[in-house]
Amino acid sequence: MAKSKILMTGNEAIALGAIDAGCRFYAGYPITPQNELTAFMAKNMPKAGGVFIQAESELAAVNMVLGASAAGARAMTSSSSPGISLKQEGISYIAGCRLPAVIVNVMRGGPGLGNIMPAQSDYFQATRSGGHGDYHCLVLAPYSVQEAYDFMFKAFALADKYRNPVMILGDGMLGQMMEPLQLSDNRKTGNQKPKTKIWMLTGCRGRKPNVVKSFYLQEGDLEKFNLTLQKEYRLIRQNEQLYEGIFLKDAKIIIVAYGTMARIAKGAVKKLRKAGKKIGLIRPISLWPFPGNIFRRLAASPKRLSFLVVEMSYGQMIEDVLLSLNGKSPVEFLGRSGGGIPSEEEIINKIKILMK
Amino acid sequence: MKKIFSYPKSLKNVPTHYCPGCGHGIAHRLVAEIVDELGIREKVIAVAPVGCAVVAYDYWDFDCCEAAHGRAAAVATGIKRARPGNIVFTYQGDGDLAAIGTNETIHAANRGENISIVFINNAVYGMTGGQLAPTTLLGQKTATTPEGRKAGSEGFPLKISEMLARLPAVKYIERVSLHSPQEVIKAKKAIKQAFLNQVNNLGFSLVEVLSACPTYWDMPAKNALDWIRDVMSKEFPLGRIK
Repeated sequence: MAKSKILMTGNEAIALGAIDAGCRFYAGYPITPQNELTAFMAKNMPKAGGVFIQAESELAAVNMVLGASAAGARAMTSSSSPGISLKQEGISYIAGCRLPAVIVNVMRGGPGLGNIMPAQSDYFQATRSGGHGDYHCLVLAPYSVQEAYDFMFKAFALADKYRNPVMILGDGMLGQMMEPLQLSDNRKTGNQKPKTKIWMLTGCRGRKPNVVKSFYLQEGDLEKFNLTLQKEYRLIRQNEQLYEGIFLKDAKIIIVAYGTMARIAKGAVKKLRKAGKKIGLIRPISLWPFPGNIFRRLAASPKRLSFLVVEMSYGQMIEDVLLSLNGKSPVEFLGRSGGGIPSEEEIINKIKILMK
Repeated sequence: MKKIFSYPKSLKNVPTHYCPGCGHGIAHRLVAEIVDELGIREKVIAVAPVGCAVVAYDYWDFDCCEAAHGRAAAVATGIKRARPGNIVFTYQGDGDLAAIGTNETIHAANRGENISIVFINNAVYGMTGGQLAPTTLLGQKTATTPEGRKAGSEGFPLKISEMLARLPAVKYIERVSLHSPQEVIKAKKAIKQAFLNQVNNLGFSLVEVLSACPTYWDMPAKNALDWIRDVMSKEFPLGRIK
């Protein structure tokens, strides 16, 4: 018998996915367009035996998550662009303290207060180090309500595996839209006792005291620590690149888009294929590490290829595409932000111009 | 023969980085003695501040967590809510708690978080070189008030303890001082009460500790203690506030 599906928004799916993945600590602060996530957590986290706190600020929320994570809880916070800017202090400390945590950014228009329309203009902030210091978040970009739910399992697993913050980078469109959702077979329900980790703060019963910190004052210590981080990041770059590719074999032009933008681009690719145009799509799923390997592989092939990067920004991910291709293939760009979203038609028209 | 006094188990036997005459060493020791006396060393999780006491975890011998400047009460909230069976306290200076961390402090108190806070008030930023603190006295010279604090431009010394005492969820607030042996004994009693309140699940407790900073008060250590007695404690009266 086919399993039944439930209908929910992307924001709710992220919250449910987190709870089902064993998250038992959530602290957040209201901001549009992610309020459904916080409300879902307020209602359902206590039922799962977890902690919900509406914090006094984004700063407090992310630092509560730091504390809960240090104490061994699967912990997360969420916000939208201006709130994520405020959380950067805490994210830097979480990375510096080598703590697992998940941060969800349901992106909206910026800079400043911007607006509440969907956007992808926080790509730089998410994939570089948004706060101070030489660190990275792992960044996953779901493009459907199903992925919004599924990626929470992956996000918490990666956070634990690398003791590093993981960011889910969605946007207002994904957060607000409703789709049918298939629940996982591995739902973690009821109380989740934190798994014992050697670095956790539990009180020093039967062991030497643990200290969770990011402060290395003695000469050479911080450099040593940063090299440890870099070693982890190399492993992450090797092992965690994720993308979806369609029609790559015979494509002459490959569209590159992620998240909601990839959803629209996929529609355009299907229409162009029907019209006999050899167009493919690469949808980066991990934005950090960026799936550069597939670009390098494609660029090394003898056939002439070009790329069209489409973003709900004025060109941020395109820098990673350019870096990956290293000048070996031409790269075009189509982007809008601040409320404008490139449409299927705009993508198709751009492709037609490029094919002339 | 009966042993009546020994070095606290919760305090590492190492020299501290604190200046001569600084109150932090005494306050650290009081906390360590209290943790030992209450038998909670294996349950305690401390949250260290940013400020002179940033490396308090190098001196205490129990679990400790760092917090960004001012965020200790939020970090402690996260720890305590995740592990309600542990004893969680923050140790913060005046800049950390009453300037950059005012919001976190007030809201943790207003939620009635079952945590204990040791608040060291020395009326100045120590770690960064003696700048104006929210608790700097009127007329007091600092690196950023070279002519002395003026109410017209820098406002008045912030009485965060009195402010917090107005909140219904706050259980216990007391202001103590380290300027004489008698006062140190009273300080220990108050800090112990703050920990006991948490052990008994009574809610948010804070002890403000007036503590000397001879270096940035530009005084010999003895004069600094007298200054607390004669001047600072007039602005910040000692005793139970709530």
